[in-house]
Parts: sequence; structure tokens; C-alpha cells
Amino acid sequence: MEELITKLKKEVIEQLNLEDISVDNIDPEAPLFGEGLGLDSIDALELIVLLEKNYGIKIEDPKDGKKIFYSIKTMAEYITDHKKVQ
Amino acid sequence: MSNVYVIADNIITSLGFSTDENINGILNDKIGIVSAAPDNTLSNTPTALSLLNFDLLDERFLQILKKINRDLPVDSFTRLEKLFILSIHDALSKVDFNYQRKRVLLIISTTKGNIDLLEDRYKAKFNHKRLFLWELGRIIRDFFGFFNTPLIISNACISGVLAISIGSRWIQSGFCDYAIVSGGDIMSEFVVSGFQSFQALSPGPCRPYDIDRNGLTLGEGCGTLILSNHEQSRERPLIRVAGSAITNDANHISGPSRTGQELSFAINSSMKEAGCLSGDINYISAHGTATPFNDEMESKAIGLSKLTDVPLNSFKGYWGHTLGAAGIVESVTAVHSLTSNTLFRSAGFKALGVSEPLTVIAKHSTSDLNTCLKTASGFGGCNAAIIFQKI
Amino acid sequence: MQPLYFKRFEMDFSITGYCLISEKKVIVNDQLRFYQENFLNFANFIKSLYKLEEINYPKFYKMDSLSKLGFLASELVLKVSSIKKYREDELGVVLSNSSSSLDTDIVYQNTINDRFNYFPSPSVFVYTLPNIVIGEICIKFNIKGENAFLISETFNGRLICNYVNEMMEKNRVQACLCGWVEYLGDKFETLVMLVEKSGFIDKQSNLGYCPTPFTEQHLNQLLHRN
Repeated sequence: MEELITKLKKEVIEQLNLEDISVDNIDPEAPLFGEGLGLDSIDALELIVLLEKNYGIKIEDPKDGKKIFYSIKTMAEYITDHKKVQ
Repeated sequence: MSNVYVIADNIITSLGFSTDENINGILNDKIGIVSAAPDNTLSNTPTALSLLNFDLLDERFLQILKKINRDLPVDSFTRLEKLFILSIHDALSKVDFNYQRKRVLLIISTTKGNIDLLEDRYKAKFNHKRLFLWELGRIIRDFFGFFNTPLIISNACISGVLAISIGSRWIQSGFCDYAIVSGGDIMSEFVVSGFQSFQALSPGPCRPYDIDRNGLTLGEGCGTLILSNHEQSRERPLIRVAGSAITNDANHISGPSRTGQELSFAINSSMKEAGCLSGDINYISAHGTATPFNDEMESKAIGLSKLTDVPLNSFKGYWGHTLGAAGIVESVTAVHSLTSNTLFRSAGFKALGVSEPLTVIAKHSTSDLNTCLKTASGFGGCNAAIIFQKI
Repeated sequence: MQPLYFKRFEMDFSITGYCLISEKKVIVNDQLRFYQENFLNFANFIKSLYKLEEINYPKFYKMDSLSKLGFLASELVLKVSSIKKYREDELGVVLSNSSSSLDTDIVYQNTINDRFNYFPSPSVFVYTLPNIVIGEICIKFNIKGENAFLISETFNGRLICNYVNEMMEKNRVQACLCGWVEYLGDKFETLVMLVEKSGFIDKQSNLGYCPTPFTEQHLNQLLHRN
């Protein structure tokens, strides 16, 4: 799980162009939207692309996005669960 | 300050190649939106789109070439260029001024121009120079022999309304006496995939202001409005451009303002310029893309401007969101509403789904109409409002 | 290139500040502000400028090249010239270029070209409209007045003068950021100016720069076009 979280952090930083932010800056349990990294609606859409591109996971209902992308940790958990099902 | 009159127009959408065809289509409740891409080169998944019949378009274009004795192969023009030329040609056929003179300005509105030329299937057919919007302008200008370099506006979905605003202002300022304002965009995998990545598209025909609305429908088309300070004798009443205004939300590059203040400001400014109050507006041809956020923002703006009692519609339920053409095709139908005293049903609407009590037109009806407001909003946070008035 | 109609305007407008970015250098109000001897590429150049100017606006990194260029040029103009005395609706932005958003369009097309690696990017797609740079400027500086993006084959000083003069004379806005922001394939050039009514210039707000008349001639001079 730790490895996945670090990998995910790096991917998020790259995919969302968070240039001045390092892996250590991101608290895996902190909210990604609103407070935390202050991501916006376009970032949310990019995260959906990230999940598909890097993990082959397609989110059927974009409304589920809020829960899945709450934090790096929830993202990692979702990936782990869905990789099992596949 | 002289009046600026609307002296001719044309619309080309999936409903037809002329304004009359389109108006008749609307009156007969025709919807020009298909639920799945007929070929899958535009989209990976079934998507509702409003597409033109390019075979018919080519036929008509060939007729024009024959009529004007031009020995040019139909294929030397891109799809969008043929579309613009057909539309401008039809509008010009309704007036009789010498459009090759100095005092005539062509204003072109488009969001993506010949962007389909980035696709492999079209790449080889045209010089990459055609991707530049000024080159698109030059091709159209050379076809008609217009004197001036066209003014090209590319400002997202408000381009059409902005172009009409500029045309009328520049006539009033004395830059020109005629402004041929034409706006167009064609569908491409580029545009469809982009909006899909935004999760912004409705699976079926879009439903502006409706409680069950769930996205926009993309469409292709072209509209032309000819403006002038010269009256031209016509059967129907004269319509003038009475006022206009452009603003920016300064909030987010793709999501609209949450308050609608800035669109309201554009509406109020245009009313002020037109010398009218909210009580003078008889009808609103609104933007109505049918995305949850856009329609909600618009309703707030209309509420702020105290126009919720004014009959309102969006035409996008008939022919989708035609991007660079939208502001013009929807202004043409708004003008026709005024001249024929007809309120056209807002297609796709059943039950109100926005927080302000808008008066969405539920069925075609007649009404004494004198002054109408046309609004548009677009990516980049821009808003535009324009007022047309009977004289 | 056929001329557009130039009318003699009744009011006087002045350029009260400008920023010119081209090749390796950045000039603000006639002073050389930044120069990169060992110019590598635009990405490196613009990032160096951003860091040097200590702008601290994380959204910058999400922008495409065209927006970064126009945004930074505006930032540099407004660092020196104040627009505080204007209400948000009294300020406008009118920009132009030759390539529209073509550079980013090509980047976006590449995300959809390969059927087997098909991942359309929303964060790239959002920048495939030239007026988004105006959106970014409006957001940063809270500008809510008239905004427009025009296309011309080459820099057209007369077009910009005509447009902005008409707009300001009719009092649609009281001040305007305007100019040219062009980017394509690592070739770039921008001239962003703040234009104000000559009678209303705040003499204290312009550190040593003498306002120049807002005319086609001056615009061409600034961009070294004659």
C-alpha cells in the first residue's frame, strides 16, 4: 500500500502539473479538493483519466468521483479493490 | 448616432440550409439531433450530435460555383469554408448593395476553424496553412472579392454575439457601412472527444433548463447576419441592434460564475445602451446549453436582472450547441421571433430545473414582440448580451 | 494586407505601461527586465522568468504556453502600473494573435491520435481556445469588463488601436490591457500594454515611465515593426 501511495503521489503531481509540490508535501489522508491541494473540477476530470490510463480502471459514474478522489489514500484503496476484481 | 439595421440573414444547421427552412423545421417541432454518430470517426461511444448533410451541402455549393461561373473544384474548399460561403452567399442574395466596396466589412466568428484538418483523413488534402483562422478568412474573402481583410473573432461560445456587437459598433463609429457577420464551426473528433473528456455531453438530445438536463449536444452550422446603417426595403418590420455588452466572470476558465452577477451586468449594460428597462424586454433568446451549471448560472443572472417573467427559450434543443455559429444562428431566430411575433417553444424542456422561476416557453405561440435580448456565455468566463428592437 | 478604417478619435488614450517578451528578452517600460543568454527553450525560459519574478501563483503551472506567456506579460505590466483605482467592470482585456491556440491544439490532438493509447486530456482541451489566456488574466487581476480575442495574420497595430479606441471612447471600459500574444512551436512574441485615458493617469503610479500616445505608430515601434 505504501508503495502504491508514493507512486500515486508522483503520478498526481505529474498529471496535474503540481510543479512546486513534492511527494513529501502531500499528506495521503488530507483532502485533495477544497482545502488540501486546492484542486478544481478540471483536475477531477484528469484524475479520472489517470485512473484509466495508469491502472485500467474506468469510473462508470463520475459522481462516484467525490468519494474515490477524496484523498490519495482513498484513491489507493479504490485501486487496490478494483485491481482485485479484475 | 445612426441606427444599425439587420438587413438580411441566413442559417444553416441540421434543420436546413436557409432561415426559412430552419424556422419551418422549428414550427413543425423537428429536432435535428441524432442519437448516435452515423460513422464512428467522430466518437468512440454513441453520442447525440447535430450534423449537417455534407453531400447535400456539396451539391448546393456546386450549384453556386456553376452560377457564378467559377472553374474551381468543389474539393479545393474545406467543409467549413463551403459552409461559410453557402451561408454568406444566401444572405447576400437577399440584398443589393455592392459588397465588394471599401465600406463593407466581413466579420468571421469561429471557435476552431478548420481544426478537422489535424485529422489524418483530411491532412493530406489541404495545406496546413488552412489551420490558421486568417487563412480561412482569406479564402472566403477571395471567393466573394471583399475589399477588406476580414475581422476574425475567436472567443469561445460568445464569438457570434461578440461579432454582431462589434459589427454594429463599428458601423456606428463610421468604420464601415455594412458588416457581414458570419459564424460557423464544424464537428470533428477533436471537439467531440474534448467535450467527452469534460463529461459534458448528454447521451440524448439536450434539455435546456429542464430538471433532468444532463449535458450539452454539440452541433455544426453557420449563421450570417448582415448589418447596415442603410435601410433596405423589406416586407417585414425593420430591426435594429439597440445595445450590447461583454463581460468576464473572472472566476474559472471552464466553469461559470456561481452568482451570475457578471452575465447580469452584461444584460443590464446592454439594456442601458438600448435605453430600455427590464419591463421593456418581451423575449429572451438565452444561451441554454443544458449543462447543470450553465443553465443555473443563467437563471441567477436573469433573476438579478429582474427578467424572470420574460418568455425565454434556448434553441439548442433543435440543433445543438453550434459553438462559433451559435450566437449568430440564435440571433437570427430571435430576430425572426420579433418580426413574426412568434414565441418558439424551447425544445427539450418539460419541467423547470433551475433555482430562479424562469418563464421558459413551453409551446409555440404568438405575442406582440418589440424588444428581445440575446445572451451567450463561454469558456474563459466570458458573457455577452445584445438587444434587438423593432423600429 | 488591406487597411481597416481608421477614424480620428476625439479622446486621447495613452500607453501607461507595457511588457514585451520575445526571443531571449523581457522589456518592461523601456527597461530590460530579464535576459537569458543561454536560451534553451520556451518552457525553461518562461519558468525562469516566473521564478525570478517571485510570482507565487501555482495555477501558472497548469497553463499552456500561450496562457503562460500572456499571463506573465500582464503580471509584469501590472507590477509596475496600478489598476486599483478602477472598478472591476471598468477594466477590459483585448488580445490578438496569428496562431489562435494552434500549438495547444496539436498537443491535444496527440492525446487522441492513437486509437490504442486514446486518452483525451481535459486539462489540455480547456486551453484549446485562444481566449482562455484572457480568462486567466481576468481571474488573477479580477477584471470583469469587455474582453475579446482577435486573429490577424501578423501583428496589426491599427486593428488593436481601432478596437480599443472605439471601446474606450464609448466608455465601455475606462482602462484596457491589450496587445498581441503569439506562440507556436517554441516561437513566441508578446506585447501587452495598459491603455488609459490620458486625462486620468495617476502620475505617481508609473515609476519613471513616461506614458506614450496609444497610436498605431507607437505600437509598431514597440514591436519594432515599421
